[in-house]
Amino acid sequence: MSDISQFKPSAAELERRRFRAQKRSRSIMVSLVSTLAFGLVAWFALTSTPGWSRVNASFFDWNTAVTAFPKVLDGLWLNLRVLVFAAIGVLIFGLLLALMRTLRNPVFFPLRIFSRAYVDFFRGLPLIIVLYLVGFGIPGLRLPGVGRISTELLGVIALVLTYSAYVAEVFRAGIESIHPSQRLAARSLGLSYSQSMRLVVLPQAIRRVAPPLMNDFVSLQKDVGLISILGAIDAVRAAQIQVAISANFTPYLVAGLLFVLLAIPSIRFADRITEKFAKREQVGNAL
Amino acid sequence: MSEIDWNNPRLKVRGLRKHFDQKVVLGGVDLEIYPGQIVALIGSSGSGKSTMLRCINLIETISDGQIWLEGEDISVAAIDQDLVRREIGMVFQSYNLFAHLSILDNITLALRNVQGKTKAEADKIALAWLDRIGLADKAESYPDKLSGGQQQRTAIVRAVALNPKVLLLDEVTSALDPELVGEVLELIRDLKQTGTTIIMATHELSFARDVADWVVFLDKGVVAEEGEAAEFFANPKNQRTKEFLSRLQR
Ligand SMILES: Nc1ncnc2c1ncn2[C@@H]1O[C@H](COP(=O)(O)OP(=O)(O)O)[C@@H](O)[C@H]1O
Ligand SMILES: [Mg+2]
Repeated sequence: MSDISQFKPSAAELERRRFRAQKRSRSIMVSLVSTLAFGLVAWFALTSTPGWSRVNASFFDWNTAVTAFPKVLDGLWLNLRVLVFAAIGVLIFGLLLALMRTLRNPVFFPLRIFSRAYVDFFRGLPLIIVLYLVGFGIPGLRLPGVGRISTELLGVIALVLTYSAYVAEVFRAGIESIHPSQRLAARSLGLSYSQSMRLVVLPQAIRRVAPPLMNDFVSLQKDVGLISILGAIDAVRAAQIQVAISANFTPYLVAGLLFVLLAIPSIRFADRITEKFAKREQVGNAL
Repeated sequence: MSEIDWNNPRLKVRGLRKHFDQKVVLGGVDLEIYPGQIVALIGSSGSGKSTMLRCINLIETISDGQIWLEGEDISVAAIDQDLVRREIGMVFQSYNLFAHLSILDNITLALRNVQGKTKAEADKIALAWLDRIGLADKAESYPDKLSGGQQQRTAIVRAVALNPKVLLLDEVTSALDPELVGEVLELIRDLKQTGTTIIMATHELSFARDVADWVVFLDKGVVAEEGEAAEFFANPKNQRTKEFLSRLQR
């Protein structure tokens, strides 16, 4: 084996490197110039529209933004709480639905059918309709002994109902992606069906579906804003109130930006684990 | 080695049949194996070796016949299959190890969760085995960091560590690169010294001649010929056996 520190690239290799470096800097220049040109054109196109000054005043008003900010932030706190409870509920219920789907024993036929029908139904039903049905239907039942159910809880229920259907499909795909020989090996060691599932299949499946799960989490994060239609004073609702008071749309922009800020860490995290997973897959394939 | 009690086979199979739809894969097979013996199951691809082992391990529902483990009929419908599988170990051709667990945890998983041993006890047993096969330094590694031969040896040890009454090996060297086959066969030879009772489907005929006590030649789902290893290979009687051996032994 020759020593890497002794290595001197040949003239041919040096020429290749020089050429690649040159090409790289040229590409960077081209993309800088084109981005700048595009930005300028877009800016001029926007500001030269006849209604621009009106839009500018009603969507980008600094004073309104400053007044609305604390209220909207207060509302966002509610969104966060709903998000946490909904996410936990979705994981548990989604996993249960997925497990029901994988039961092969004929005894569990009803559970399998239920899970399947549930997933079909809630994947097709718009979230906003679920919110209306839950938000106004459940309180309408006047369940004895329950009293008034908070709008936050109703929002959590609606989100869990809808998102569990998506997440169940993700989990199911993960479970089915684990090679049957893994379960076979587990069973032949004497582990029971549920032990094989819990100790061998699920740990691998969950790792594998972490990226799509994170994507669903990111969607959930912005959909918590929809609970405002139930009357909960969340960020969107707070912004709406501020819009009504100030007769200016800027608070919506404030709420929107806050949601984006809230989502960015999750989005970055989702990207990171997706990347990590892709890398691990490549290693696996190379072997 | 102690004397074999010829009246009490460890495992006995009588008239085992397995049909897939209209296809007869096993057409009434008899087999017995005594404690500490190695039985080699040979036969061309598709002759029913894997199906036979899977039936014994109750992975496949048998179509007819009976199977006894130490005198107990394990082919009755009401049998607790999980309990039977605790007594019968099985290792497959490939994809054996659990990818999310370290080598050590692969071996201790069933020791702890099936046999109820504490982590300390299980680790001790697993490390002793890993030491024996020269993989003690790999205890904390994950399966994808091991060669195929190392993985397969770990898979075998994982089954043996549970002290099965019978160990079923289904072509455990077939998926390996030729230079890795030797180390796995060496382990099986070593297991014979410890008195493990083994039924192995294999294409390694010279190995079978060396270590097996009894050889069973399956042809199209029936036992075409069987006998003591030395005699079987030296004087095959059946025409099909002769063809098969000459095809593989060139
Ligand atoms: N699940 C199954 N369904 C239908 N046919 C099967 C199934 N499993 C095995 N077979 C058939 O049974 C025959 C014996 O297979 P197998 O036991 O794997 O043979 P061997 O291990 O000796 O190569 C083959 O013809 C195979 O196609
Ligand atoms: Mg086979």
